[in-house]
Amino acid sequence: MWGELAGGALIGLAAALLWLGIGRIGGISGVVANLFLLRQGHRNWSLYFFVGLLAAYPLYVLLAGTPDMQVTDNKWIIAAAGILVGVGTYIGNGCTSGHGVCGTGRLSVRSMVATCTFMVFGMLAVLAMNNLRTYL
Amino acid sequence: MNQQVSNNNMMSQRIMKLVTPFVAGIIFGLGLLVSGMSNPAKVRGFLDVFGDWQPALMAVMVAAIVIFSVAYALSNKMKQPWFHSTFHKPSLTILDARLFIGAALFGIGWGMVGLCPGPALLNVMTGQEDILLFVVALLVGNRIAHYAVGPAK
Repeated sequence: MWGELAGGALIGLAAALLWLGIGRIGGISGVVANLFLLRQGHRNWSLYFFVGLLAAYPLYVLLAGTPDMQVTDNKWIIAAAGILVGVGTYIGNGCTSGHGVCGTGRLSVRSMVATCTFMVFGMLAVLAMNNLRTYL
Repeated sequence: MNQQVSNNNMMSQRIMKLVTPFVAGIIFGLGLLVSGMSNPAKVRGFLDVFGDWQPALMAVMVAAIVIFSVAYALSNKMKQPWFHSTFHKPSLTILDARLFIGAALFGIGWGMVGLCPGPALLNVMTGQEDILLFVVALLVGNRIAHYAVGPAK
């Protein structure tokens, strides 16, 4: 519980710093989309944010050891899910960070609707997969 | 003399424009790791509301939203961000099919593996094949949507 609260606070703090410091919404799918852009003004901050995100990993390992990370090893599921996340976050203009944290924090109705939608479909996907597994 | 001061200000602004997103990225990544959002198995446990539900990750969302909403409220009283000329406030407010379909597709993919874009990018650092495959698929999906549908207006 404390780890979740502290981690969530850090995520909120990072989004706050990005907004108050340079006026940008800390949405990761936005960062991903921006990395493909060649227009300088949009790409630079996203690139620095991305490098910082990657740098967090070795820093954490150094301070707290290797984090838990368990993921399915079914390559088809991984590839299909990756494409769905890539397409979905592009079409819906955001993910857990941009809509879920920043949009909801801004009281944007659009982001709240998006957040409820992806939460419900995420729950349904887990439900479907957990039940299908017994039949496959 | 004034010219000197203004040059120094411009210089430090340019440096802070680089340092701010870099530091924000580090804090964001540490937040994902400390909270456990970076672990797909834990995220799927959180989404497993009809089964063996593990609600702890709810605290991540609540803490992050509360802190960001305070920052956002503060920014309403500011003319501009600390190191930039304007706040890039998202302009879209429309609730259309595009938003629902996109969020639904994202949700399905998120539930299937337990990875959303932030943890996926962060976990590239583990060097695990499965994560690299997910990120490549995510980038391919991003480009498919870009060329097939294009950016929202």
